[in-house]
Amino acid sequence: MSNFPFLSVLTVAPLVGALVVAFLPRHRPELAKQVAFAWSLLVLVLSVVMWVSFNAGGDRFQFRESYSWIPNWGVSFTFAADGIALVMLMLIAVLVPLVILASWHDAESSKRSVPVYFALLLVLECTMIGVFAAADVFLFYVFFEVMLVPMYFLIGSYGGHQRQYAAVKFFLYSLVGGLFMLAAVIGLWVVGGKTFDWQALSQVDISTGTERWLFLGFFLAFAIKAPFFPFHTWLPDAGGAAPAGAAALLVGVLDKVGTFGILRYCLPLFPEASKWFAPWALALGVIGIVYAALLAVGQNDLKRLVSYTSIAHFGFIGVGIFAFTTQAGTGAVLYMLNHGLATGLLFLVVGMLIARRGSALISDFGGAGKLVPVLAGVLFFAGLASLALPGTAPFISEFLVLIGTFTVNKPVAVIATLGIILAAAYVLWMVQRTTQGTLNPALTEVDGMRKDLNLREKFVVAPLIALIVLLGFYPKPVTDVINPAVQATMDDIGRTDPAPSVGGTVQEAAK
Amino acid sequence: MTELKLPSLDYAALAPILIMLGTALLGVLVEAFVPRRSRHVVQLTLALLAVLAALTMVVFNADDRIITAGQALAVDGPTLFLQGAILVLAAMALLLIGDRSVERGGAFVAQAAVTAESADDRRQAEGRNGLTEVYPLVTFAIGGMLIFVAANDLLTMFIALEVFSLPLYLLCALARRRRLLSQEAAMKYFLLGAYASAFFLFGVALIYGFTAGMPGRTAGVDFATINAAVTESPASPVLLFAGMALLSIGLLFKAAAAPFHVWTPDVYQGAPTPVTGFMAACTKVAAFGALLRVFHVAFVDASWDFTPVLGAIAVLTMLVGAVLAVTQTDIKRLLAYSSIANAGYLLVGVLAPSRDGLSGTMFYLVAYGFSVLAAFAVVTLVRDADGEATHLSRWAGLGRRSPFFAGLFTFILLAFAGIPLTSGFTSKFAIFGPALEEGQAWLVIAGVLTSMVLAFPYLRVVVMMWLSEPGESTPTVTVPGGLTSAALMIGVLATLVLGVAPAPLLDLAAGAAEFVR
Repeated sequence: MSNFPFLSVLTVAPLVGALVVAFLPRHRPELAKQVAFAWSLLVLVLSVVMWVSFNAGGDRFQFRESYSWIPNWGVSFTFAADGIALVMLMLIAVLVPLVILASWHDAESSKRSVPVYFALLLVLECTMIGVFAAADVFLFYVFFEVMLVPMYFLIGSYGGHQRQYAAVKFFLYSLVGGLFMLAAVIGLWVVGGKTFDWQALSQVDISTGTERWLFLGFFLAFAIKAPFFPFHTWLPDAGGAAPAGAAALLVGVLDKVGTFGILRYCLPLFPEASKWFAPWALALGVIGIVYAALLAVGQNDLKRLVSYTSIAHFGFIGVGIFAFTTQAGTGAVLYMLNHGLATGLLFLVVGMLIARRGSALISDFGGAGKLVPVLAGVLFFAGLASLALPGTAPFISEFLVLIGTFTVNKPVAVIATLGIILAAAYVLWMVQRTTQGTLNPALTEVDGMRKDLNLREKFVVAPLIALIVLLGFYPKPVTDVINPAVQATMDDIGRTDPAPSVGGTVQEAAK
Repeated sequence: MTELKLPSLDYAALAPILIMLGTALLGVLVEAFVPRRSRHVVQLTLALLAVLAALTMVVFNADDRIITAGQALAVDGPTLFLQGAILVLAAMALLLIGDRSVERGGAFVAQAAVTAESADDRRQAEGRNGLTEVYPLVTFAIGGMLIFVAANDLLTMFIALEVFSLPLYLLCALARRRRLLSQEAAMKYFLLGAYASAFFLFGVALIYGFTAGMPGRTAGVDFATINAAVTESPASPVLLFAGMALLSIGLLFKAAAAPFHVWTPDVYQGAPTPVTGFMAACTKVAAFGALLRVFHVAFVDASWDFTPVLGAIAVLTMLVGAVLAVTQTDIKRLLAYSSIANAGYLLVGVLAPSRDGLSGTMFYLVAYGFSVLAAFAVVTLVRDADGEATHLSRWAGLGRRSPFFAGLFTFILLAFAGIPLTSGFTSKFAIFGPALEEGQAWLVIAGVLTSMVLAFPYLRVVVMMWLSEPGESTPTVTVPGGLTSAALMIGVLATLVLGVAPAPLLDLAAGAAEFVR
């Protein structure tokens, strides 16, 4: 089964589904939803089969396929997945069906074509899979840019308040980053001897000055995408305006392209420059953790609040990547997965709450738990997962990042730990102001608030809760896959973990 | 008295030019002898057949690498490639020019001499058939462009410049509606064009002076002589630099590069939209074809001297085009500034003096021509009772009214913005790659930065069409007849195919990318 062209099939399948859904008659929205959901389940099944056939102890890159595309420029359709990409692909495959299920009625309120909404979701899935599966820099760039188009229309056509502004801001920010990356991609192509193959390029020696410029080009694109402070201002707008399902994908998966890109492209292709820029990247990460958390505390809009929490979490991921230890790196990758699950859940639950109340403002809620106890419970759980409570999956990743960083850079680890305290503040405050306390009398007059989670919504949240708990207690299946890939990345930049030095610390303590 | 030696003529190699000019003359006779009601069909068929025949001859000549007609014309890879490009794009433009389904009587005025805005003028706007003289004019212009890209000495180049410019000045004045705007455009284009021609001619004279006095050679303005003179001539290099500068002004004017671009928005806006498309696609190919030949063949050894200056012009052009495009509120003016910015990108390609640079520039010209013609084809369709509705505010909510055409236009705009899987992206790559290789990193960075700025106006149109609610005054899209539909679909498909599978055309361009000297 390992000879099956998983990655290309996985990339193309959602696109075919999107075409089918887009051409379904507009007056039969139910059919479109069912087809889209079935199609995304098909992708999920295929991904699970791929996960099973991945050999964790085998080659770094597996499922490699290559077809010629533009021979004049040495461009080919090359797909290959390492452990990091595999985990992200799995996350996409899990999230998309849940998002489709959660968005069942989202498109109806917008007066626009319902089938098109679901077709756009599937197109987005195609580009997301492509971007993680590509092993050709040109191909990666193509998916990286094309990904903007479906997201732009999802936000712009189906979003809420200020959707136009948010969509344009999202598009322009990402395009700016993308164009800097284009310059760097062309530069890499020129110094790399006119090839785009990742493996060939990772062997190329680049002069120090050029390497730093190229690193900057790539890093800027990824830092905007992720987003890291100070390139983050588009995310709260986009996340706040996007429909909840699209927002879950935006923050849960799309933004991971940034951190994934740093791991896959910046570090292995420009190892020296990565080390040179690492202190700056660490600084951005730490500032992001504290700054975004402080802003999150002050938000009154639920979706914007969740967006800011994500920026803080991306700070953690950035710190984990640029600490250059296997533990921190594994933690960062695990964080990418767990954050996708936890924040995805949080976004979806918040979306359900907003759909009921018809408002995203925290001040419009209050004591909602008395009306919709199950929903409030799930919100509480999602909040706890996102503040990394022990027992939930994000705790493990956050802890790994912190201890991995502590061994090499104590001040950063200490400041980052502050982020955990702030996380508790913004999550608990948010939960308290929306679902706890005295019941806001205005809530009882809203019809929607009398209905607790229905069966469909329970099906949406149950798998995510199960995964968060499962991975919180038993992350081994995932870490087994991630570890070799992270190890290989650390080898690429020539960093070895510091040997455990208990003796040293004891001596210091004795003084 | 010495006997006059006749130069040998390779008639097969010259056939495309002869066919176009001959058809133009025939078209004049058709105006005189064919009855008025059948002229339109006869002229359009004739012009299209001529383009087809010329194209066939270009393909037939594909392996020619010769200089013929004395030293006057070079029929080599770039010539044939660019002639082919001009002919294909001209065929598309002719389809737009010949369309009479979108507007009754076509896009052209019935009687150009009627006083603008008078009662007669209003009457003629209401559906009397347009002039058919446009076809011979267009055919002449095409013929001139074919000579322009093949010209191997500066005098031939000058004559070709006039042959294709004069019909264009006239064509600009022939819009059916908004006659004053159209006439103003033509006047502006003519006056500035005349200045540019004068500069060009003066430049030729200075270069001629510069080539004098080389041992064992006579003075001349053919490119081989100029090339030799650049390294050997005892004359002062001031003559060379002044000549080169004046010459460039003439060429850059046609290419719409800043600071010689000021005519572009007014002319693009005032001219009948099919003619605008024709100018944006074919004139650009011709102008850059000539620029490539002049700088890659004649002045190649002076590249150290002109590269910084042309580079600065390229950066200025990109900046002016991108920044001013942001402020536009008229779709035709927006496309005009975008065309200026694209001239800047093309100049980056001209400044990459390698085979890859040459083939990349040629690829860009073809890709851009297809997209821009398709864009103007859509512009002709969005109309109300007063003709085309070009103000951007009128395009609000167009996506709701006519999702198909708005979708096509969105695709073209994404191509202009350089999103992958469109020809806009592959062509940018085809130019920036070689430029970086030739050490012109600053031009590439300027190109990337201006692309970001330029993305904003395109995106604004997309937002207008899709994310705004249709207003009272949102016009509908006229469902086009066969001719415009064909042109539009060819343009859009080419934009897609050149973005997804550019390899065949890249191969063709790479195979053609060598000048005979």
